Amino acid sequence: MPNNAMTMIRQRVSWLLVAGVVALIFVSYGATPAVTTALLASTVRQSTPLVLGALSGIFCERSGVINIAIEGMMLMGAFVGFLANVYTGNLLVAVLAAVLMGAFMGLAHAFMSITLKMDQIISGTVLNILALELTGFFYQQGLTTQGKLTPVRIPVLADIPLIGPVLFDNPPITYLSLVLVVVVHILLFRTVWGLRTRAVGEHPKAADTVGIDVIRMRYINVIIGGMIAGLAGGYLTLEAVGSFERAMTNGRGFVALAVMIFGKWTPLGAWGAALLFGFANALQTQFQFLGISTIPHQFVGMLPYLLTIVVLAGFVGRARPPAAIGQPYEKE
Amino acid sequence: MRAEVVLEVRNITKSFPGVVANDNVSLTLHRGEVLALLGENGAGKSTLMNIIYGLYHPDSGEIIVKGEKVQLGSPREAIEHGIGMVHQHFMLVPVMSVVENVMLGIESTQGPFLDKRAAAEQIRQISEQYGLKVDPYAIVEDLPVGVRQRVEIIKTLYREADILILDEPTAVLTPQEVEELFEIIEALTAQGKSVIFISHKLKEVLRIADRITVLRRGKVVGTVRPEETDEQQLAEMMVGRSVLLRVEKPPREPGMPVLEVDDLWVRDETGHMAVRGVSFRLYAGEILGIAGVQGNGQTELVKALSGLKHAEKGHIRIAGQPVTNLAPRAFYELGLGHVPEDRQHDGLILSLPIKDNIILNTYYKQPYSENMVLKHDVIAETAKRLVEEFDVRTPGIDTRAGALSGGNQQKVIIAREFSRPIRLLYAVQPTRGLDVGSIEYIHRRLVEKRNEGAAVLLVSTELEEILALSDRVAVMYEGQIMDILPVDEATIERLGLLMAGVRDATRTAQTTN
Amino acid sequence: MADAKIANGAPPTRWQRFAQAITIPLLAVVLAMLVGAIIIVIAGANPLGGYTAMFRGALGTARGLVRTFEKATPLIFSGLAVAFAFKAGLFNIGAQGQLILGAIAAAYVGFAFEGLPPFVHLPLALAAGMLAGAIWGAIPGALKTFTGAHEVITTIMLNFVAINLTDYLANGPWKDRSPGNIVARTPAILPSAELPSIGVVPLGLLIAIGMAVLAWWVLANTTFGYEIRAVGLNPAAARYAGMSVGRTVIASMAISGLLAGLGGAVETLGIVGRYQPGFNTGLGFDGITIALLAQTSPLGVVPAALLFGVMRAGANQMQLYGVDAEIIGIVQGTMLLFVSAPIIIRKLFRLRAPEGGEEVVLSTGWGSSG
Repeated sequence: MPNNAMTMIRQRVSWLLVAGVVALIFVSYGATPAVTTALLASTVRQSTPLVLGALSGIFCERSGVINIAIEGMMLMGAFVGFLANVYTGNLLVAVLAAVLMGAFMGLAHAFMSITLKMDQIISGTVLNILALELTGFFYQQGLTTQGKLTPVRIPVLADIPLIGPVLFDNPPITYLSLVLVVVVHILLFRTVWGLRTRAVGEHPKAADTVGIDVIRMRYINVIIGGMIAGLAGGYLTLEAVGSFERAMTNGRGFVALAVMIFGKWTPLGAWGAALLFGFANALQTQFQFLGISTIPHQFVGMLPYLLTIVVLAGFVGRARPPAAIGQPYEKE
Repeated sequence: MRAEVVLEVRNITKSFPGVVANDNVSLTLHRGEVLALLGENGAGKSTLMNIIYGLYHPDSGEIIVKGEKVQLGSPREAIEHGIGMVHQHFMLVPVMSVVENVMLGIESTQGPFLDKRAAAEQIRQISEQYGLKVDPYAIVEDLPVGVRQRVEIIKTLYREADILILDEPTAVLTPQEVEELFEIIEALTAQGKSVIFISHKLKEVLRIADRITVLRRGKVVGTVRPEETDEQQLAEMMVGRSVLLRVEKPPREPGMPVLEVDDLWVRDETGHMAVRGVSFRLYAGEILGIAGVQGNGQTELVKALSGLKHAEKGHIRIAGQPVTNLAPRAFYELGLGHVPEDRQHDGLILSLPIKDNIILNTYYKQPYSENMVLKHDVIAETAKRLVEEFDVRTPGIDTRAGALSGGNQQKVIIAREFSRPIRLLYAVQPTRGLDVGSIEYIHRRLVEKRNEGAAVLLVSTELEEILALSDRVAVMYEGQIMDILPVDEATIERLGLLMAGVRDATRTAQTTN
Repeated sequence: MADAKIANGAPPTRWQRFAQAITIPLLAVVLAMLVGAIIIVIAGANPLGGYTAMFRGALGTARGLVRTFEKATPLIFSGLAVAFAFKAGLFNIGAQGQLILGAIAAAYVGFAFEGLPPFVHLPLALAAGMLAGAIWGAIPGALKTFTGAHEVITTIMLNFVAINLTDYLANGPWKDRSPGNIVARTPAILPSAELPSIGVVPLGLLIAIGMAVLAWWVLANTTFGYEIRAVGLNPAAARYAGMSVGRTVIASMAISGLLAGLGGAVETLGIVGRYQPGFNTGLGFDGITIALLAQTSPLGVVPAALLFGVMRAGANQMQLYGVDAEIIGIVQGTMLLFVSAPIIIRKLFRLRAPEGGEEVVLSTGWGSSG
């Protein structure tokens, strides 16, 4: 039920958000360059699982399948990646295991929502709960790993003040996520695959009548979406933390959905949105670092979640999701 | 003189659960001819065409394309055999450009990337060859309906189709756009293309077809040439008995104005102004027909007139009471009955039983509830009585509304709306998609309400229906009422011009009566 | 082909509908236990013995029975909360947050309001829990109505906000300052706010069953219940019929939250005796499984929650027998899978899809409520 006043408020809120963040960066860099650099570097890394989660959502939703299971896909990817690291000690194998697990979760979601034509939100919720139960059942305390992915410094570029340490001194999955943003954007808007994916998500019957296999397109997109969510999970255990904890995704999969919506279902837009959320997360850790205690840490901890709600409230009505989203395709 | 046969359908039979949609159907199509497939709703025309286009698979029978027996398992195979289809509901992705829509499925590429320029060039060539003007880079949702249809035709030609199936192509067009379409069809057949033209409109079929094949209840009744037949004969072939084309009604005895609308402005879902300054009076004891091509603001007008949409500007009064932007219930309380445009989406809750649908807008009142507690026995009794009175064919009142046929669903709505004391009635597309029996029944009921003194607003895109029922006819175009004519002055030609936005020079000042 | 639809046969009778409704959940439970048994075998234990130990532990003794009832009580509430929202076409994944806020609100009234007689203090504490839950539930309802934000995401986000909020309260202003306490928790509630038991039956269980009956009655027999069902099944038709869809959505979410909040209050006042973070994790998600197992029927929630209570209460005995108690999570997750994908069960047992009756219709897409 959008009306004019509501739209105006929405626009103002979002502009205020952006302007406020930019102003904050300049003021704080002037005052404390070291802290600001650390804050922004942390922002980029914190945004990695969110942008990957959002890309996962984009693959699924652009083809017409709601993916509320990003959280569960991430959690399973994180867990299996961690186990692979424990038992093989090979980080590359571990990342691949996380991606593979994600692909399997994607397949499960595709099967339930496309073939069984289950309500896609229920299907996603089932996967989320199953992921929570399964990782809880198989997780044993006291497993240790041989290290995690470490930052790779890109020579010369990393020496640029502020931008260098923020963008060019990151670990591999973070770099990969930046590359993926660009690649997926091109894939979606400049290639045959992208055109067909969008057609299937907007008007599956139209795609069907020109000979495109709707079911196959959706399956492949959802499985790719699962792989990227698995990679996001791998980021958590193999790059950010180095170990597994129960329910360690902590709602990031849902925040990623808000990131996707905020970015209007485009990879570049999602990247911008992810940075905003990454910043909210980074604030939290930096506050704790600096021992700022005037604000209770629980309130800072609420920030990403409140931000998600604000974004949903402000943007869902305006940004237009793919038209056929949520509807199983019936060939009559 | 006979050209070669390009398509032959032999003895096709196709059943769905509970109904035989095509029963031993055969037809032939020659090069360069227009074959009309005539039949009423549910006669099996669309099923047959979906079989030819590879969307359905027949239970038995065969299809021969250019002398070769073929199995059409999917649209892709039909396309490969040169068959193209323009669907009644366009198969275009609204948010994409014309070129993206046309190239979808057979994309031209340059390396790994889409080559839109090459495709656009090809579209321009087709446009010129057949006189199909369109901008390849326009976004489809910004285009008028007539142009979207051209895009659909271009889509088939881009795939080098030489057999074109047009499924009810005139349903969404103004009479003038229909003429343009006919010119396009003539250009196509002149260059060797063959066209199957599906319709239930007799006049059009007589005008454009070289031969007419009539379907009734899934069977071919016969094939005739237009010069050998007339409307009456075709109608009888189509329906299987003679049809009452006009509804008998006593002369109009207009009473007090029941609905008064002044300078009404309403936006559509996307925020565009869909109703732009509409004013009219609707009197007791008359039927005011609102004609116009679909999408000219009729939907938004009725929604604003029933409290379902916010009016940006203007005034609405029912029986003298101001009701502008009140909640829908206020309109009902003043005696509104509303047969909504989309009966399955708005008018019924398909997964609830008939008895619960019967009380949809009266549940909170006596005698159906008291102190917020529903009285199930009264509800059941009422439902039983109305099902009988309004001839709803159902096993019982506990049957889900979704399990009924379209005609019986509409009867449930009519039973609900007509059994309340109403002084004002909106009937929006009341007979769309129904069989002739149901159409006649609903027309009779509407005229009965008028004769009882109710003010009836009939919105329909079927000119025949408007002319058969209305006392006065208003024409809507781009959100405005172009003119309001007494029915005896409303000729098809005049209405056609108004529907296309051309105002009659002889009558201008009377738009606000 | 709208005209091809022909109503065949008479609609099912009440008993046929009941039999149809419980077939899928029953088979889902049996199949899930079977899947659990297979995993137990793979893990090298005896499933029959494990399940027997579980049931004996939960039902065999008076103490076991009390534990079962205690475990089942909050589950009835969270199951009811989810089921009630489902009826309005809303998917409340936020029962957890509503429940813990209800719990801490009841705890606060329970420990802070001194000198009240029990018949005032106890209802007041329960009411505080209901109010907190209702407010927390109404927020996503209002967000959906006024902005179109989908409740699935907003409710889960509000869970995290609620966790942070209660954590802050239990660590800060409402912390138990008694000497020797170092953990985050509120002081113990006063005896005047305690919820008693009648023999082995906790009063909270009776309240829970009472609420289930009330919720069922309201949905089936009142105009408000009719509005909720109409809005849940077809919001467009509800709006056309003159109902206020937004008001119904907000009210349904508030009631859903109220039920969850009451569950938190009952647990605090009847079992735990204070609020302690992390004490009742998982209740919200279990509520989803229970609601679906109950086919969204409020009355069905009671047996479904009792089954879950048995599993939770018998877990210890199962563990002692040598079967990892975490298997219960897997069994419950599998139940959820089967019951939400009934087509799997229908295929396995060659059942026909039911023809009559209401269906669970859930909102799809991210758009506004209709």
